[in-house]
Parts: sequence; C-alpha cells; structure tokens
Amino acid sequence: MLVFGQFLEVLIGGLLAGVLYSLVALGFVLIFKASGVFNFAQGAMVLLAGLALVRSLDFLAARGVPTWAAILLALLFAAIVMAITAALIQKLVLGPLVNQSDLSLFMATIGITFVLEGAGQMLFGSDVYPLSLFPTDAWFILDSVFDGGILVNKLDVWGGLIAGALVAGLAIFFQRTKTGRALRAVADDHAAAESVGIPITWIWFVVWLVAGLVALVAATVWGTKLGVQFSIVFLALKALPVLIIGGFTSVPGAIVGGLIVGAGEKIAEVYLGQHIGGGIEYWFAYVLALAVLLVRPQGLFGERIIERI
Amino acid sequence: MKADIQERSGAAGAAHALSDRVIGDVLLSVENVSLAFGGVKAISDVSFDIRKGEIRAIIGPNGAGKTSMLNVINGFYHPNEGTITFKGTRRRDMRPYIAASQGISRTFQNLALFKGMTTLDNIMAGRALKMRRGLLWQALHWGPALAEEIRHREAVEKIIDFLEIQHIRKAPVGKLPYGLQKRVELGRALAMEPELLLLDEPMAGMNLEEKKDMSRYILTVNDQLGTTVALIEHDMGVVMDISDRVVVLEYGRKIADGTPEEVQRNQRVIDAYLGISH
Amino acid sequence: MLYREAGQFKTSYAADMAIFPIRQDRIALLLLLAFAFVGIPLLAHFQLWPLGSDYMLRAILIPFLILALAAIGVNILVGYCGQISLGSGAFMAIGAYSAYKFGTGVHIPLEFIGSEIAIPPLPVLPSILLGGLMAAIVGILFGIPSLRIKGLYLAVATLAAQFFFDWVFLRVQWFTNYAPSGSVNAPDLVFFGYFVHSPIERYLLCLIFVTVFALIAKNLVRGNIGRQWMAIRDMDIAAELMGIRPLYAKLTAFAVSSFIVGVAGALWAFVYLGSWEPLAFSIDRSLQLLFMVIIGGLGSILGSFLGAAFILILPIMLDQVPHALGIPISVETVSLLVFVVTGSLICYLLIVEPHGFARLWAIAKEKLRLWPFPY
Repeated sequence: MLVFGQFLEVLIGGLLAGVLYSLVALGFVLIFKASGVFNFAQGAMVLLAGLALVRSLDFLAARGVPTWAAILLALLFAAIVMAITAALIQKLVLGPLVNQSDLSLFMATIGITFVLEGAGQMLFGSDVYPLSLFPTDAWFILDSVFDGGILVNKLDVWGGLIAGALVAGLAIFFQRTKTGRALRAVADDHAAAESVGIPITWIWFVVWLVAGLVALVAATVWGTKLGVQFSIVFLALKALPVLIIGGFTSVPGAIVGGLIVGAGEKIAEVYLGQHIGGGIEYWFAYVLALAVLLVRPQGLFGERIIERI
Repeated sequence: MKADIQERSGAAGAAHALSDRVIGDVLLSVENVSLAFGGVKAISDVSFDIRKGEIRAIIGPNGAGKTSMLNVINGFYHPNEGTITFKGTRRRDMRPYIAASQGISRTFQNLALFKGMTTLDNIMAGRALKMRRGLLWQALHWGPALAEEIRHREAVEKIIDFLEIQHIRKAPVGKLPYGLQKRVELGRALAMEPELLLLDEPMAGMNLEEKKDMSRYILTVNDQLGTTVALIEHDMGVVMDISDRVVVLEYGRKIADGTPEEVQRNQRVIDAYLGISH
Repeated sequence: MLYREAGQFKTSYAADMAIFPIRQDRIALLLLLAFAFVGIPLLAHFQLWPLGSDYMLRAILIPFLILALAAIGVNILVGYCGQISLGSGAFMAIGAYSAYKFGTGVHIPLEFIGSEIAIPPLPVLPSILLGGLMAAIVGILFGIPSLRIKGLYLAVATLAAQFFFDWVFLRVQWFTNYAPSGSVNAPDLVFFGYFVHSPIERYLLCLIFVTVFALIAKNLVRGNIGRQWMAIRDMDIAAELMGIRPLYAKLTAFAVSSFIVGVAGALWAFVYLGSWEPLAFSIDRSLQLLFMVIIGGLGSILGSFLGAAFILILPIMLDQVPHALGIPISVETVSLLVFVVTGSLICYLLIVEPHGFARLWAIAKEKLRLWPFPY
C-alpha cells in the first residue's frame, strides 16, 4: 500500500505538472490552428508577459497600491504589452512573410524569439523575479486511504483548474463564435478566406493577441512556480513533445499530450532514474515524442497529412 | 491542327502521319485497378493497356481519375485492387524506384520542378539514376566521377539542344515563364531515357505556338527514339491529331477505349463532356 | 569593367563546371588564400596591426574557421537537403568526446563474452577523424526517422538528440575518463611529429582543415549527390518518382553533415578551447549554427563563411562601437542587444532576401559586372 501510495503521489504530481505544460502548448496550438505557423516564440512570449506582469506588480506594490488593485492593474498592463507585441509582430514580420513557405515562417518565429528575449529583458530587467499569485504550499489528500496522505502541490491544482477553464473557453471560442470560425477558415486556406472577405491581418492579430494572453496566464502559474526568469523560455521547448504527442492542431490533444509528458517524465525520473542516474527528465519527453512520431506521425489527435502531387 | 503540326514540325510530323513506326506488344497494362481515398473512389475497376511505341491518350472530364491513374502507374499511389503489368512482370502495386529504374518517367500537372536549381541542374538530376560513382570519388571531383559528370552533361546538352532551351541553361527555373518551365520538366523526364513517358497535361496553359512546339517534341521523341507516350490532355485537337489510341475515363470508370475516331463518335463520351450523367 | 566575362570562353564542360568559372573570381580566391596562408601568419609573427596581439587569432580567426566548418556541415543538411536540424551542438559534442576517447585510449570490458575492446591512444589526426566518423554514425541513426517525419516534426527529433546527448556526456562518466570536475583537457596536438602549440600554428591547422573540407563539400554539392539533396529539398515526391532514393539521399546528407560537424566539434574542443564541458555544445550552439546558416545563405558554401563571420563579429562590434563613440554600455546589455539584433536581422533577411548574405553577394557581383555602366 505504501508503494502504491508513493506511485500515486508521483503520478498525480506528474499529471499536474503536465497540465502546466499544456498551458504553454495551448498557445502553440492556437497559432498553428489559425495560421499554420509554428510559433517558436511562445516561450519568449511567456517570459515577456511574466516580466511585464511581475515588474509592474512590484512597481505598484512599492507605491502602496492595495494588493488586489495592483494585481488587476498589473495584469492589464501585461495584457496591453502583449497586445502591442502582437500588433508589431503582425505588421513587421508576419504580414510581409505571408506568402512564404512554412519553413521561412518558422525561422522568422525563431528570430522573433530572440528579439523578444533581448528586448523584454532590456526593458524589464534580467533578474529572477519571484511571483506569488497562488498558494504554493503542500496539501495532503486522501489521508484516510493512505497513511499520511498523498502530497499534492496547491499551485499545481490551481494550474489544473485554470488550464481546464482555458480549454473550455477556447473550445467555445473556436466552435461557437464568428471569429473562431473565421480563424479556422484562415488556417485551412488563407487565400480562399481572404476572397470571402475575412480580414486576414485582423484575424492574425487576434490570434497572436489571444496566444499572448494564454502566455500571460501560463506566466502567472509558471512564474509562481519558478520565479519569472530567462530560463522560462525553455518551457517552449518542453511544449514541443507535448504537441507532437497530442497533435499540433488539437486543443484536447495539448491537454492529453501534456498529461502524458508530465506523468511520463516524473515516473521515468523516479523509477528509471534509480538505475541509470538522474536527470532523465531532461530528455525523456523528447525521446517519447520521437517514439510516437515513428509510429503515428500526426500525433494522437492530429490530422492525417495526405500528400498530393 | 494536323496540317499545322506537319507544317511546323516538317519532317517529323509528316513522317509520323504517314507512320511506318512499328507499334509493338503491350508494354504496360492495368487490370481491374481500383483506388479509393477514405470514402472517395478515385478509380473503379479500370483496365487498359499501352502498346510499345504508341502514343496513348487518357482523356476525360475533370475529376475522372486521370492523374490518379498516372500516379498508380508511377507507384505513388497503391491501388486497393487490381494489378499492374509492366514489361511482362505483373505486380500488385508499383514502387517509385522500380518504375523509374525500369524506364518510366513523368511530367506533372502542376509542375514539379526543383525550384532551387537551374535548368541544367534540373535536367542533370534526371540522370541521377544512371550515375554510379560513389561519394568518395564525387568528393574529389576528379577521375571517374568527373568523367561521369562530363559524359552525362553531354547527354543532357543534347536534350537542351533538342528542346531549344540553351539560352536558359543557367537560369534558376523558378524565374522562368510557365511555358519554358513545362519544357524544362519535359527535358528532365527525357533525361531518364524512358521507355514509357507519362505526360500529365503537358500543354496546359499554353498558346498555339507553344502547343505546336510541344507536339513536335512529343512526336519526335516517339518517332526517333521509339519512346512510348501516355498523355493526359484536354485539348481535343491535340489528342485527335497525335495519339494512336485513346482511353476515356469518367468518374473513375473507363467509358471508352479505341482509336481517336472511334472515341470521338462514341455517344457516352460525347455525353460525358456535355455533362449528361449516366 | 574590371569584372567582365567578355573573352572568357569555355571550351570544355569541365571548364564550365569549375567552381570559379570566371577568371577574376579565381584570381580573387588565390589572393585570399595567399593572404590567409601566408599574409596572416606573417602579420602575426611581426605583430603588425591588426594582429598586434594574440587576440585576433585566438578569439576571432580560430573560432571563425571552426564555426564556419561546422556551418558548412549544417548547411549541407539544412540548406542543401532541406532537413531541419536543431541538434548540431550534440553532434559537435559527439565528435569532441569521441575524439577525446580515441586520443586517450578506449577500453570497454565485455563481461558477457569474457573479453574486451581495448584500443591504445591514437594520434590526434586519426582521433579527430574518428570523432567525425562517430558523429556520422549517430547522424545516420537519427536521420532514419527523417524518412517518415518531415519539417517541424524532424526538428523535434533532432532536439531529442540534442538533449539526450547533453545528458549522456554529463552523466556517463566514461566519456570524461571519470574526471571529478566533469571537464576534460585535450591531448597534445602532435601532427606528424610536429607539435602544434602557438596561436599561429593552431590557426594554420584550422585553416588547413577548413580549406580541405570546404573543397570536399563544394565538390559534393555540385555533383550528383548534391543535386539529389537539392531535389529532395525542393520536391521530394518528384525526386522519388525520378528514381532518386530518399533513403540514400537523406542518410548521406545526415552522414556527411554530421561528419563535418563532428570534426568541427573535435577541433573546437582540442584546438580552440583546450579544456571543455558539455555546456560548450548545448542548444545555444545549435541555434547559433542555424542562424549562421540562415543569415549567411541556405544552400551556399560561401554563405556558411559569411554567416559565421557575421555571428562572431556581431557581439564584438556591438561592444566596440558604442565604446568608440563614448556611449557607456554594460556587458549584459551587449549580450541582450546581440539577441535583438540577431533576431531582427533574421526576420529582415527572411523578408527581404531569404537566401541570405550569399545572395546579396551574388547580386553585388552582378552589379559589378556592369560597373561602371548603369545597365
């Protein structure tokens, strides 16, 4: 019973961590679904959002603004920063590149990543900034079933709830609203969408704005967990295996992929790591993604690619 | 059109029209081939053959499955049912490498040129199958590899002369006008020295002059090299004038098979083109 | 006027296929090589500007040469064959650590068959080349998925390689000969009895390697295999229908590319760093190489050099220019500025000239042909 309890703890911890990955992955899925562009810069966007948030929060708190107001204002500020960023990206980079190949667009997002990382830190500073928007203490559940209970981190639980709300919101957005439908049309064929009067530049701005806001949400959770710092950017890289496993175009896929990666990583680290040395978390997700790719190239929920000539 | 072709292509056209070419045995045949994508049946139970040395046209309204048929012959698509017999060997499906190495080459409806390379390199790429020298010799670009490169360059230059594209040899193909791109693609297919040349709408988007030139090239290749040609074409004038036999597809089924005159008189074919469904 | 081809007729296909068909280009190249092989060492020996101190050689020219070599390797895979790779750093690491093991002796006990593999320490040159070979073998293994997965998905697979090998060289202490600090020292650089030590000697060593490999790379890309690579990059389906085997083309691209990158890695470790840790070959290095190739020009050997030069010089320029102008700027701000400028330049180049500096150079030469006439 003890061993199972321990396993459950590792599993739940992993699943919840996975949900946090999903938060970042959702931003990718949004942009990919709506524009076919793989946004390497999503991680940098989380950093930028986080920096804008935490620095404005500290600024306001230092001036004696009451906490609840400071948080709201800081969130607003960060949202505006992300909106401006979305507009600039659309106008300066993506607009001119609209007819180029996917590879070019992908590489442009790598360029954008670097610009955001550099500019963000130049504007807002490059230290580690702690953020405490959510409780981070431990919580012991099921202590009637398992001796001492199972350790669960409250932050992770919050993250799970937020991710759930976000997914539900996005699903409604895509399926039910006019803008959401337009987004799907644009993703399928932007020339055709344009010809039926869908304003592409506006749509893409909306997409990047929403992705930016998703990044902000991710930043609130991850910033609390790790502190807002440069290494958050590497989260983006961790989201890649999530996307591979879940499929690039699927919102539920991002969640399931995140769960699999999160749980898989933790379990591998604890149980496999005993035998081959620690640090497995570093690469396990990628190797898992590679394995999935070999068997099912479009991921679990992605669309099958049929080539035509 | 026939008179035009003869006039423009001179000896080649006249010789072809009088035709003492020998049309031989069956080179390729497809038997009861069916192909479906998910729920969509692209080809349903189609059988026909192509004889050595002939020009065989495949025609039909849009969506009839003509390009899919060529893709099956090439080995790009694998039929759900039926067999393909090429040079006497019957197969369940064709593999691209086998098709290419046994002498089938192809042009494409939407052009599949290598946009990042020059005309010369595109056509030289068609010789890839014939170039045998290993990586190490190529790395030195000397001795056997250099000799091989020069030998194949000579062969490719003959094709360039034939297609009259010397002036665009070193031009990146992406920058060429459409008609010239189609010619380069033909050159690339010819570079493989094919026994069976599959042409998918080689004259699409061309004006009358360009069509005459293209017809002349096809006729010359068929006449002087004995290359068997299967071509998908929408211009009925061209089809009637240069092809020996025609097969007509509609909604994935074969609805006629015979000489151009026979097919032209076939009521089902006329109805298909006029849009009268059966 | 100076740069005209008029009067230069090629009388053989071999002449037409030469790397530099125009005589002026050949002369320019010979001058450049003379300067590189003779001029620079002389300047350094007599400590004349700009080689007044060791700095230019040690901190700029040597890393430039080695990174240009690595960039050539990456360009073959990404630029010529169109297979995106985010894992080149790992291949440099494989080259470096393999060369290190071959240079210090390999001993693998095989208890299950009661025997062992024991190779005595090898001289430096074979070690480096074997390092490249090991990288090539791993490259082929990681290239196998490329037959089924393309584009972005392949990028993730290469990331898998990058992170996996980061971990391997950190954890598996056999590679560092169980060094307690985790960092290793390169063996002495003895080539054919000659002890390579001073910066000038190291520079010449790198120059020789780079010249040889650049020539090999250029020969490969203008020949049959180069055309196969480019065909796969441009239209892989049409290429396959023409009889080009995607398996052979892609795996050879991975093999050749990884070999060159592995050799560059070994050189980086042995000749430039002297002693190193796995961090030297992390994802930052992979991205840096990718940028060099994009900025310099995908599918261009010259571009690899231009890109390497640019990426290397950029931080130095961003550091020196404000100082020269009297504007105080912190080291940290410089490194952040590098980020911003590099990123902006990539976006700019992708919009304006996707073929990078190499294309800009070619356009400049075209204009030079007409000069001083306007058209």
